Amino acid sequence: MSTAPTALRTAKEVAERRAQAPHTSMFVRMLIRAAMLRRGRAASALLAMVVAAAVATAMMNLYVDVQAKLRSEFRNYGANVVIVGKSGQSLAPDAVTKIESALGPKTLAVPFAYAVARTKDGQSVVVVGTDFARARQLNHWWNVTHWPDAAGNSGQTLVGMRAAAVATPEHQAFDLTFQGKAIHLVPTGLLQTGAAEDSRIYLDQREFENWTGVAPTTIEVAVSGTADEVQQGMKQLAVALPEADIRPVRQIMEGEANVLNKTRATLYASATLVVLTSALCVLATLIGWVFDRRRDFAIMKALGASEGLVNGFFAAEAAALGVVGAILGFFIGIGVAAWIGRANFHAPVVPRFSVFPYVLAGSIAVALISAVLPIGLLRRVQPAIILRGE
Amino acid sequence: MFPRLVYESFRRQTRRKLLAGIAITLGVAVATAMIAVATDIGDKINRELRSYGANLVVTPQEDTLDVEIGGINLKPPSDGAFLNEADLPKIRGTFWHHNIVGFSPMLPVTVPLERDGTQRNVTLVGTYFSKQLSFGKDEFTTGVRITHPWWKVDGHWPDDNFTSVLLGERLAERIHWRALQTITLAGRDFHVSGVLSTGGPEDDEIVAPLAVAQQMLGKPGAVRRVYVSALTKPPDALSVRDPKTMSPEVYDRWYCSPYVESIAYQLQEAIPHSHAEQIRQVAQNEGTVLSRIKGLMLLVTLAALLASALAVSAAMATAIFERRVEIGLMKALGAGNLVVSAVFFAEALLLALMGGVVGFIAGSLLAHQIGRSIFASQISIQPVLFPIIMAIAVFVTFAGSAAAIRRAVKFDPVFSLRGGA
Repeated sequence: MSTAPTALRTAKEVAERRAQAPHTSMFVRMLIRAAMLRRGRAASALLAMVVAAAVATAMMNLYVDVQAKLRSEFRNYGANVVIVGKSGQSLAPDAVTKIESALGPKTLAVPFAYAVARTKDGQSVVVVGTDFARARQLNHWWNVTHWPDAAGNSGQTLVGMRAAAVATPEHQAFDLTFQGKAIHLVPTGLLQTGAAEDSRIYLDQREFENWTGVAPTTIEVAVSGTADEVQQGMKQLAVALPEADIRPVRQIMEGEANVLNKTRATLYASATLVVLTSALCVLATLIGWVFDRRRDFAIMKALGASEGLVNGFFAAEAAALGVVGAILGFFIGIGVAAWIGRANFHAPVVPRFSVFPYVLAGSIAVALISAVLPIGLLRRVQPAIILRGE
Repeated sequence: MFPRLVYESFRRQTRRKLLAGIAITLGVAVATAMIAVATDIGDKINRELRSYGANLVVTPQEDTLDVEIGGINLKPPSDGAFLNEADLPKIRGTFWHHNIVGFSPMLPVTVPLERDGTQRNVTLVGTYFSKQLSFGKDEFTTGVRITHPWWKVDGHWPDDNFTSVLLGERLAERIHWRALQTITLAGRDFHVSGVLSTGGPEDDEIVAPLAVAQQMLGKPGAVRRVYVSALTKPPDALSVRDPKTMSPEVYDRWYCSPYVESIAYQLQEAIPHSHAEQIRQVAQNEGTVLSRIKGLMLLVTLAALLASALAVSAAMATAIFERRVEIGLMKALGAGNLVVSAVFFAEALLLALMGGVVGFIAGSLLAHQIGRSIFASQISIQPVLFPIIMAIAVFVTFAGSAAAIRRAVKFDPVFSLRGGA
């Protein structure tokens, strides 16, 4: 008879342990067990949810980021704003510093000064003084055999293809004269652009000014940002340089706006399509899932669960699925967007956590809709009919 | 028995079949639309990139140096060589003439402008605005309205066959020009049809029909340079090679590719004594922009394909999982695993084919709509896309069903029939 007290004690212990154990409500247990028991079904519903959330995240991230990425590509077209002295006057010597302090370090401003010099055999040629390091950054399309180095400025020049044929056909050192003052120059590199630059000779601004006494009359500026930001930048420039004319380069600005708008619209259409499809497929999968569980629904009702409780149960289940799917999908989506950015633009797409609330809200909404729709249909059916197996 | 099983399954379970079918249709529609857009986007964006203006310039071969600062020509205008206007329509006879969107000749002349008793020298540029030309039987229109789309006119564009001119915006302001006034150039009165705004040196100039500039210069038929706007292929390793060093086969491939270099070469062949050059600012950058956008759309399309494939798989898995009882019944009646799988695969195939056809049609309409609303032009659907799409649809549906079918077939019929799972 020694077993009875043990059994009693055990039963008591179990009861005590249960009383002490954290009180898991029936509701939460039902939710967890429902997911655990039908792992396959729950997993396939979750998979659909995750894919949809991931695609939505990736698309939203790309849509926001690609425009910035493309804009920086468009800056390779060069300056979008040109500053010239009013009525042909030269600009203040500190204009470039003023521009860069007005618009921030991302702005690139390149000064140009022009003069017409004569070669040894009396031909006129346009000579331009500029800052080689800046010009190189601004004008990526310049095809240059060898750039002069920034430090050593002892007569180094860039000679345009067509100017070279006139001034230095043998690519040897040559002399130019400007108003009687001669200068000895070395053709460091040849320049080819297919435009007016081909007929010019470029040399360092300081050396140019020492020789001709002509200060820069034109500054080409690449203002980065959206069309509104560029407009804003131009207003700031007008304030910073009241003596100058600020002109937009319409060819560049309008071309950019045109291509960017079309690309954005295409991306928007694709993103909408893909997100919509994923959402509809999640809807289809989840509706199937809930329909499949009409027995659970019927049993709950047969056991006396109120309408509200049953609705609440399925809604909570759907919401949980939406939250988990949104979180998993969000991180996968960010990964996909980053990969696309790296593969296509060689720069990762910055994760935008600001899209998370939208993804989360969208996921929960889709999940709730797909839970509520079939329940509305099932409510009209007697539990007995469902349980009988029809 | 087999066809009947499949047929009855479709007839009796319309709702389930409809759900799976909708998933497949949607997936296929999105895939079709995305592939169609992605394959055509290069061409579309290429045309949009033409809004940056001409990417090629043709000049006389024996040209003297331009002495030009800020659009003001300091060289005597009659100096140097000219192209012949009569040669220009030959541009339409080059190999890649379909890729040439338009061209505009330019002839700058310095003319005295008399105004309020004072005289000043201004640059007058002669060009085509929207000129009707013909090459053989081929009739076409070309001019700055095509090659320089950022030029804006307040008023009317002049007619190429008359003598109305456009006045540059800043020049108009400087000479206090008011609407309906005529201007006097070299002693002749000209009607001003509008004020031109370009954001470039033309704002300080007068732009006139080519014939006017030729008259002013006294050289009928003369053209200083021609700007050509062409659709080109992004540069690659082949494009930058020198055609003189190529073997005949490589040369043919180079010649027959619309690289900016080969189009320049063909322009030089077409126009006697000319030199054609790419305008690197436009030509070099459009390649990068184009390949970036194409790459982006390709990757987005891949993501879309993946998403629709997974969505179709999920829908198929759900549809099969729902039918364990049926499978149990079939197996209890003595059907082998192979037969059961065959029934399900046949159903999947039917679903995929039906969903595929409807989806393809819907996707084509969608692509068409996208092309119309965004690019205001057709997106062409290649017929070869149809079998590819159908194959993808069948493959994805099968792949999505396979795992679910295997699991369902392995399931003990007793359990599924009892109703517990």
